[in-house]
Amino acid sequence: MADGTLITCQEVVEVVTDYVERRMSPEDVATFEAHLDLCAGCKWYVEQMRITIATVGRIDEADVPDEMRDTLMTAFRGRTRGV
Amino acid sequence: MTPAATAESELLARLRAGDEQAFEALVARLYGTMLTVARTYVKDRAVAEEVVQETWLGVINGLDRFEGRSSLKTWILSILVNQAKTRGAREARTVPFASLAPADDAPAVAPERFRGPEDQYTGGWRSFPANWNAAADSVLQDRETLRVAMRAISELPLTQQTVIRMRDVQGYSSDEVCATLDVSEANQRVLLHRARSRVRSALERHLDG
Repeated sequence: MADGTLITCQEVVEVVTDYVERRMSPEDVATFEAHLDLCAGCKWYVEQMRITIATVGRIDEADVPDEMRDTLMTAFRGRTRGV
Repeated sequence: MTPAATAESELLARLRAGDEQAFEALVARLYGTMLTVARTYVKDRAVAEEVVQETWLGVINGLDRFEGRSSLKTWILSILVNQAKTRGAREARTVPFASLAPADDAPAVAPERFRGPEDQYTGGWRSFPANWNAAADSVLQDRETLRVAMRAISELPLTQQTVIRMRDVQGYSSDEVCATLDVSEANQRVLLHRARSRVRSALERHLDG
């Protein structure tokens, strides 16, 4: 991270995943968090990323093609009948 | 046992007991992710759908043999990857996942959002990102916001899609993703970073207008 003491907002947005994934050295975490303490924009940005992750976590996928679902349900029932 | 492990052993017991609802729900929940993973190994969508179907048939047949050395969903994905690789080989497309990662150096946020070299505060925000916490409970719960996120994910390169679906939609750990896809942790993290950053941008356009 730059010279180890300073980090710009433009750099923050590129290392935010390392931060939320806890893949940052303690020194870099200190630098990162010191920046957040002074910069509301980056604090909101990190928060936006956390909200993005939570939002994606609420996606409930479905849309299994009917034909596939029928085939699989038939196979599943066959299994329980010991076929 | 952790809550996740408890839920999983209950699910396994229900599947083995022939609980059709549990099976159907699991098939639905994993479908988008399985299809995306399959599509990184085989050419077209129809073949990828076949791979997903073959995987479930393998799961049905193997349920009683599953020993629980990995989690159930990791076991399912490992069957899928094997099936997809076999099909990919038949189609002469045996590309390891890692080599599919495109050299995507697109920045997380457009450079215009930051102050340039002429400025005293080079690399600082020109205007701050919005505070979403105020909106978090209302707008973000909105179906339309979820659709925006889903659309953004579906427009990502397949490798990024695979990683964000596994990690953030399905809740696989980074270790599980790396082992299943045979990709390094650092690569996984780069793909996840690109994917999350693009979805955030899409949400920002939607929420902030």
